[in-house]
Amino acid sequence: MAFQSTEHYIVSPELALAVNAAVTLEKPLLIKGEPGTGKTRLAEELATSLGRQLLTWPIKSTTKAQHGLYEYDAVSRLRDSQLGSDKVHDISNYIRQGKLWQAFEAEDRPVLLIDEIDKADIEFPNDLLYELDRMAFFVHETGEEIVAKQRPIVIITSNNEKELPDAFLRRCFFHYIRFPDADLLALIVAVHFPNIQQQLLSVALEVFFELRELPSLKKKPSTSELLDWLKLLLAEDITPEVLHDSQKKGGLMPMFGALLKNEQDVALVEKLAFMARRR
Amino acid sequence: MLIQFFQTLRKHGLSVSLTELLDLLAALKQQVIFADTEAFYYLARLVLVKDERDYDKFDRAFAEYFEGVAQVDIAANIPDEWLTPAALKQLTEEQKAALKGLGSLDELLKQFRERLAEQQKRHAGGNKWIGTGGTSPFGAYGYNPEGIRIGQDGSGARRAVKVWDKREFRDLDSDAELNNRSIKLALRQLRRFARTGASQELDLPATISATSQQGGWLDLQWQPERHNAIKVLLFLDVGGSMDDYIHECEQLFSAAKAEFKHLEFFYFHNCVYEGVWKHNQRRREQQTSVFDVIHTYGSDYKLIFVGDATMGPYEIGYPGGSVEHWNEEPGAVWLQRLLQHYPKAAWLNPQPEAWWSHYQSIDMIQQLLEQRMYPLTLDGLNRAMRALLN
Repeated sequence: MAFQSTEHYIVSPELALAVNAAVTLEKPLLIKGEPGTGKTRLAEELATSLGRQLLTWPIKSTTKAQHGLYEYDAVSRLRDSQLGSDKVHDISNYIRQGKLWQAFEAEDRPVLLIDEIDKADIEFPNDLLYELDRMAFFVHETGEEIVAKQRPIVIITSNNEKELPDAFLRRCFFHYIRFPDADLLALIVAVHFPNIQQQLLSVALEVFFELRELPSLKKKPSTSELLDWLKLLLAEDITPEVLHDSQKKGGLMPMFGALLKNEQDVALVEKLAFMARRR
Repeated sequence: MLIQFFQTLRKHGLSVSLTELLDLLAALKQQVIFADTEAFYYLARLVLVKDERDYDKFDRAFAEYFEGVAQVDIAANIPDEWLTPAALKQLTEEQKAALKGLGSLDELLKQFRERLAEQQKRHAGGNKWIGTGGTSPFGAYGYNPEGIRIGQDGSGARRAVKVWDKREFRDLDSDAELNNRSIKLALRQLRRFARTGASQELDLPATISATSQQGGWLDLQWQPERHNAIKVLLFLDVGGSMDDYIHECEQLFSAAKAEFKHLEFFYFHNCVYEGVWKHNQRRREQQTSVFDVIHTYGSDYKLIFVGDATMGPYEIGYPGGSVEHWNEEPGAVWLQRLLQHYPKAAWLNPQPEAWWSHYQSIDMIQQLLEQRMYPLTLDGLNRAMRALLN
């Protein structure tokens, strides 16, 4: 079963190959790329297209590897013992399954998304080596070993905030999502706004790529920003002519708030337009 | 199978291991792709390369293995392999001085074209041909006062034939030797755990004593988690004589980045003056005032300078001594301001310790730092970390 572009999501051929290879060889797939290029969406679309369950494990700076396996709630057990509950005799009542455990026990091979792994502590990936390699772990409290019924499809995303350890990388396939070129971007837009006028789209894309070319922009707008912006343009019924005029005059484009996310960038674009007008 | 390919990759500096080769073979056996070179390229990249910075190395290796490297225009006539620094040329001061410029820019360009026409092979060293590590005016990583620099900026337009020949990931290629474990372990000494933040961990001893005081009635006690509380401010000297030590500095920098959660870094040139910067490309436009640094980062930060401290004594001692701009106050004043604010400081010097006594400027910096200068070796690093903790 090969993964391909869907009605809502366009994949480049190399990304499709990467996903299919990872699914076939049962290896975790590490995805990197600029923010807003659809890393997280990939896992969602993959799950939908394969008709499998999607388990998302979002990583935060405080997340520990153990949280993905299971957590032992000693506190409520202590409380229960005070209250004289019968539950207290069975320790397994106080073990809560983590996302990895759920993925291991699922009947149908699920998609497990470990989102933004670089947000966690440096040691976090190292703590998951054995679990991802063997797809098994040990529950110390009950002494049982949890072994995956089948290896889940693991998608890991990273924003490059921290270097990942070599040993961890060795166990993964790696793909870097490049920023789409104009053709692919037009395809992506067509999927999201099927009825957009060709003229408006081409002017909008021109403005968008011009903006991305600016050298000292703090946050370059990405695909998701472009889509938001187009949505606003359509909602406000801005014609291609208006957009074209403002492009020629320079300065801020209509609805710039969707593209520029901090005030320094807004000021920069304004300044450039001012300089262009004076010339 | 594919052993030759594997070895080509390793030759190009990709740290691929046997596990990955076996993975690739398994993928081929499972017929993820069929006889299609481009698909094979993507598959091999997926399995063997683990960082987008290595994509460029992979492209080059792939091109070499599968040949068909058809390059078109003049800049493209020079394969990058000629220009990679096989070994950074170590010239003595006299040799550097002995090299004289060849005259005007026009003259240089004319010679460049002539030599390019004559030259057919890769060349390194020597003093005539274009290549790396030599003393000819053409090429890179060598010394010639009036040289043309090729192969470092990637300004040459490259027309593409195949995907891997496009080499779109060139910008991302950095020769930094990442994950250097020994440096990380040395930096790890600079760890002081402290409990800060929200109380999320069950404090067992406190809970037991509190519960017994309540006569067995459960009284839970919580404590914050342990974190590495060390904060580091790194000042890196760039450019000029530091070019010889780029490799060492990159190693240190990448290790430090992975090791400390609170790490801030700034660049300076030769000596610290009123402004430092974060991006070398934009150093003129985006300077941060040293006063801002002092006011932003509290005195609990540990201050580490990395620089060879090799410069004219004027650059430290006098106003206007800077080689790049007019400085109102001498570098020494700015160094002292920093050192006053950050009592825990050290200077790491990539120059071998034995040479230090030959430079007056190193002596001056040593005095300013109260002898807290250490060589950029593992032993020096260990000593520096110990000094930072005392």
